[in-house]
Amino acid sequence: MALRPNPTQSASSRGGLARPLTRRVLVFAALLGLLLLALVLGVAEGTVKIGALEVIQAVTGAVPNPIITELRLPRVLGAMLVGAVLGLCGAAFQGLFRNPLADPYLMGSAAGAAFGVTVAVALAGGLTAAFSTNAVFERIPVSATLFGFLGAVGAVALTLLLSGGASRTNDLILAGVLVSSVLTSLTTLLLLHDANRVFSVFAYTVGNLAFVGWDGVRSIATYFLLTLPLFFLLGRTLNALSLGEETARSLGLPLGRLKLVIIGAVTLLTASAVAYAGIIGFVGLVAPHALRRILGGDYRYLLPASALGGAVLLAFADLLARVLVAPAELPVGVLTTLLGGPFFLYLMWRGRAR
Amino acid sequence: MRDRGTEGLCVQDVSFAYRGKPVLEGVSLELHRGEWLALLGPNGAGKSTLLRVMAGLLVPQSGWVVLEHQPLAQYSSWERGQKLAFLLQTGAFPEDLTALETVRLGRTPYLGLLGREGKEDLEAIQWAMKVTQTAALRERLLSRLSGGERQRVLLARALAGRPRYLLLDEPTAHLDLHHQAEFSSLVAGLRAEDIGVLTVLHDPNLARTADRVVFLAGGKLKAVGAPAEVLNEELLRSVYGDWVRVRQLEGEPVVLLGGPR
Repeated sequence: MALRPNPTQSASSRGGLARPLTRRVLVFAALLGLLLLALVLGVAEGTVKIGALEVIQAVTGAVPNPIITELRLPRVLGAMLVGAVLGLCGAAFQGLFRNPLADPYLMGSAAGAAFGVTVAVALAGGLTAAFSTNAVFERIPVSATLFGFLGAVGAVALTLLLSGGASRTNDLILAGVLVSSVLTSLTTLLLLHDANRVFSVFAYTVGNLAFVGWDGVRSIATYFLLTLPLFFLLGRTLNALSLGEETARSLGLPLGRLKLVIIGAVTLLTASAVAYAGIIGFVGLVAPHALRRILGGDYRYLLPASALGGAVLLAFADLLARVLVAPAELPVGVLTTLLGGPFFLYLMWRGRAR
Repeated sequence: MRDRGTEGLCVQDVSFAYRGKPVLEGVSLELHRGEWLALLGPNGAGKSTLLRVMAGLLVPQSGWVVLEHQPLAQYSSWERGQKLAFLLQTGAFPEDLTALETVRLGRTPYLGLLGREGKEDLEAIQWAMKVTQTAALRERLLSRLSGGERQRVLLARALAGRPRYLLLDEPTAHLDLHHQAEFSSLVAGLRAEDIGVLTVLHDPNLARTADRVVFLAGGKLKAVGAPAEVLNEELLRSVYGDWVRVRQLEGEPVVLLGGPR
């Protein structure tokens, strides 16, 4: 059998080693273009329309404009960061669990964050107080954000504990469902008999990017930059996992440790996003799912593309949430679910037709 | 006491229990490079467990697996992945990867988490796709291939690591007769590549062209030898019952099912 391929054959196949390269380049270029468009529109559009020149002047500091620098810019950047986190984490979990229906909240982080925030609200006496005074207790300067973060991380830790580590994927999913349900029940229990709290926590759980602010942008961006190198490490691992867990192990991958790395990175990222923006549904499910259809299942491309796609999706969703019923606002989490649901159905039907 | 083993992949007096229930009891076996070994036995005989023990995915409670004079447990997982390849019959396959992307994963033991493919990797990938006749399928998604095509791509994935030993768990289980024959001849051809192949099989007839047949029942080795010796009516009936008939056809044993006597 020919062990040494002839030169022409080898040259042509090298070109063919990638899925049509141009398609990948096009997809990434399109995503970056859309992201830029979302940034421009997001800053310019709103209750008060702002011209392009004013935007540039405000961003460069030539003519200060607090609507732009204090309200819109952090909000648009926050939407992009949260969307990127959800898209990236959704893709990572879909690979880890070998399940296209996995989302970043699968191991209980959303329910945990909601529980943490509810506790903070109960202690502070209201959502605005819990977030804006930056102090749940008068003497301890911690905000509801920290409670949300700790709640999310704690819930995932509990899920890991109950499933006896990360080795059995199905146990992880079951434990995640269990932890989520119990925490949701506890949240309900805390909210009983207090209409004010119910509304506060409800406003948080439907997702709202108004809370993010520069604090949130800085914080989420830090976690994002810290965990990003890990995701570069994970592309081949997630690809190998699609062959099945035992086969991936037979390829030499230290799966036990790698799975914990994935869960750890996803948890920190999701917790940081959820703590500031509340629970935003469907972005983490739809972005990776749609891009998988276009790009294929190679996670070395799917992970960064899902991050970009999530950012684009949430930035536009938030723009719509602000513009559709201006001067009022729709909760962005409700909007992503309303738009995401039909889109998901479309993907499902199209997938069936093929 | 374990000895250093002969050249090859040696299982020495291995016992394995799953939650206290013995699955393998004192099994010894050798797989040499360039030979095709068929592992037969009824359901629950411990075939798949033995395969996983040989692949280093399960650690036996007693006994040893020795790979080329060195205990398998002493190899790093990457080294083990370079020497041993494994094809399971779990039905798991990467739906959204193309055939080529799938085969490329076979180079993981050489590349680690981040390494980039070099000339040697590309040659191995090309060779694996050529041997399995999957080069024409390279851009097709695995979810769009027929069962036979997909199985050949998954075999190419296993071969792309240029393993010395290849362990296949019922590789023909879901294939029709044509594809069974095709796959069997493919496996037979791997002997010429100096690969030691072990296939777990359900159908004794598929084992006729193997070099040696190992018969496992109740976690114990019942027989090892040439197909003509092992595939005898007495042995097969003792395991499968009185339905089994063995007839000679052109000098080879053919296993048939009749009614119970």
